[in-house]
Amino acid sequence: MAKVNLNREPMAKQDPKIRGRNFNEVALGYSAEQAKAEASRCLQCPKHPCTDGCPVEINIPGFIKAILDDNMPEAVRILKDKNSLPGICGRVCPQETQCEQACSLAKKGAPIAIGRLERYVADWERTNMGALNPKAMPPKPTGKRVAVVGSGPAGLVASADLAKLGHSVTLFEALHVAGGVLMYGIPEFRLPKEIVQTEVAYVTSLGVKIELDSVVGKVVTLDELLKSGYHAIFLGTGAGAPMFMDIPGENLNGIYSANEFLTRVNLMKAYKFPEYDTPVVVGRRVAVIGGGNVAMDSARCALRLGADEVYIIYRRSEAEMPARREEVENAREEGIQFKLLTNPKRYIGNESGWVTGIECYEMELGEPDESGRRRPIVKQGSEFILEVDMVVAALGTRPNPLIAQTTPDLKTARHGTVIADEITGKTMKDKVWAGGDIVTGAATVISAMGAARRAARDIDEYLKGI
Amino acid sequence: MFRIIYRETLAAKIHLFKMEAPAIAKKAQAGQFVVVRIDDRGERIPLTLANWDGKEGSVTLVFMEVGATTFRLALLKAGDSVADLVGPLGVPTHIEKFGTVVCVAGGVGAAPIAPIARALKEKGNKIISILGARSKNLLFWEDKLRSVSHRLIVTTDDGTYGRKGVVTEPLKELLEGKEKIDRVIAIGPSIMMKFCALTTRPFGVKTIVSLNPIMVDGTGMCGCCRVSVGGVTKFACVDGPDFDGHQVDWDLLFARQRTYLNEEKRSFEQWQAQVGKRC
Ligand SMILES: Cc1cc2nc3c(=O)[nH]c(=O)nc-3n(C[C@H](O)[C@H](O)[C@H](O)COP(=O)(O)OP(=O)(O)OC[C@H]3O[C@@H](n4cnc5c(N)ncnc54)[C@H](O)[C@@H]3O)c2cc1C
Ligand code: SF4
Ligand code: FES
Repeated sequence: MAKVNLNREPMAKQDPKIRGRNFNEVALGYSAEQAKAEASRCLQCPKHPCTDGCPVEINIPGFIKAILDDNMPEAVRILKDKNSLPGICGRVCPQETQCEQACSLAKKGAPIAIGRLERYVADWERTNMGALNPKAMPPKPTGKRVAVVGSGPAGLVASADLAKLGHSVTLFEALHVAGGVLMYGIPEFRLPKEIVQTEVAYVTSLGVKIELDSVVGKVVTLDELLKSGYHAIFLGTGAGAPMFMDIPGENLNGIYSANEFLTRVNLMKAYKFPEYDTPVVVGRRVAVIGGGNVAMDSARCALRLGADEVYIIYRRSEAEMPARREEVENAREEGIQFKLLTNPKRYIGNESGWVTGIECYEMELGEPDESGRRRPIVKQGSEFILEVDMVVAALGTRPNPLIAQTTPDLKTARHGTVIADEITGKTMKDKVWAGGDIVTGAATVISAMGAARRAARDIDEYLKGI
Repeated sequence: MFRIIYRETLAAKIHLFKMEAPAIAKKAQAGQFVVVRIDDRGERIPLTLANWDGKEGSVTLVFMEVGATTFRLALLKAGDSVADLVGPLGVPTHIEKFGTVVCVAGGVGAAPIAPIARALKEKGNKIISILGARSKNLLFWEDKLRSVSHRLIVTTDDGTYGRKGVVTEPLKELLEGKEKIDRVIAIGPSIMMKFCALTTRPFGVKTIVSLNPIMVDGTGMCGCCRVSVGGVTKFACVDGPDFDGHQVDWDLLFARQRTYLNEEKRSFEQWQAQVGKRC
């Protein structure tokens, strides 16, 4: 066997100084040569620990070998066999805690860059296969109708899988575009919207009918859908309701939830105001509260909209930050400043009701809590004031209660997550399945897709039996 | 796409659109609203339902030209469409037999209050309505309100029609009068709703107001619409828009409504200039 090569092939990125002022994609992807160089490092481990680390069990050594063999259509086929949205996952999956963490070379500090290779294959497909997309024979219609609610990754995957099995699928979405968090949350510079819309178009090409502007629970209830002839329902409505800390001053002007800020910027294109009608007010000194992907995205959007100083305020230390490592590095390169072990106590405002500062506590880490991370504790008497003129609260989200409120027999847990079987996604309500963030609370794109795929399988079993 | 079936100008810069929206019309209830987006460049704005017709599959909206979006909306003709219409959103107004209810409408508030007064009347309440506007040329739906009320009082600030003065004056007289008032519902500009609430407070009469903070999605997803009621933060789009006027933190509402004053002005001027050039 050749000597183990520990030089991870780097991926080109836009220069931090330049990208900090534009919304174009930061990471530029591998060239064919780079992809092959990285692929050649793969040991083709017979036990493929990476595959076990992947939530949807992609045959990772298989697709890597296909890259090496110059057989790109085969690489695409292997990837898509398990993951219908590889162009998205290759960009946003937390590989460092999944496949790449499990990779045999991870112990040596140089796991194969599986995410970058995945992205490379997906991008190759988009540019080279395009129309020639494996147009399988349209399936024989089963005559069964399924309503899918929510068009994030979970809803898109459930719709595609069910349509491929011949069921007639209608996808209901509350917003005016399909894609869920992929459209309104994750910014263009990390996940180009064109890629998301390509996936949405693929789903409609399978015969799925998308009903936008349809808030289920308001315009129609689950029971009304069932009564109107749908044989089954899949709920993929995510965890879209923002949480706040409930501390003084939180409603001052200039304090946004991350959802509001990102929706204005990404979905409503406020960064192009006044060409687009939706405004957003960006301060000179911006604080983002939180340490997840949402916080990183908010901070980097604020920077791109012209803020001079952007702070991440996070109550634990960097080791506990749930954001993807790569995005933390990107944020730091761009000049985002990290105020770790810091937590807001209250917000301070001026006479016209705008935020002018945050009184913060310093924190220290105690014993691990139920999340397994060390619990942050307030350092008494450590209060200090950080002057800011804008705040984005990225404090987590929970499922929107609109459907549960109008569906009494859909059982929910604490924080409003819908109770569903871990494997099949079946809820306590007859004929209703659920998957993705609505069941787990805010999680990841890949786990939402995995849950949707398993639920689609179970729905298909059920439909065959009626 | 949602088609405008019919349009009419009701008063100076106040327009009525009847929109094709069968799914919304089937479910609409008094006090609910829709979110409208004109086209891909447009913002999402909430408009309270002025009427709906489940059989015809239509909803009726009334709006005043106050900013870029309402200005752009007003340029549309019957047969044109808007890109998005989402609803019915918000919690419907609580309707039951209270006894005597005073419905106070200021300005465009006449439109959303009409279906509420109608629903309350159908439940057997006695309805006394007060309809106020700055001036005669801004008054509309006097007949409609009269038809859903047992008694109607009209006021204009400048005295060009009806009684001269603001709506809180007849409201106060009613509260001081012999007849027991069981509930007040006030819809209109925020400042008018605040003063209605202040007027009724000493009399301890429950006063429901329909708040209109800035919104984006209208489904509880962004928190842009947060208001403080009884010291607790609420999202007006899903917890309201109706709230107890005595519990509302009005100053917070006013401040938050002013968030985009500069941007709104800039956007409005840009559209006016663009449209001016086209004509
Ligand atoms: C800013 C941000 C960055 C993120 N970054 C990453 C990342 O880098 N990597 C990663 O793996 N994950 C990331 N996540 C998390 C990831 O996006 C989610 O876990 C994933 O999108 C969940 O998918 P879903 O299909 O369950 O729900 P969502 O994507 O939330 O989609 C739910 C859809 O349902 C719609 N809906 C809700 N209620 C209704 C209703 N009543 N009727 C009709 N439609 C309704 C919503 O409008 C939405 O479109 C990020 C999340 C955010 C917010
Ligand atoms: S889907 Fe995500 S976890 Fe699975 S192989 Fe791809 S990058 Fe790794
Ligand atoms: S308008 Fe977004 S939560 Fe109310």
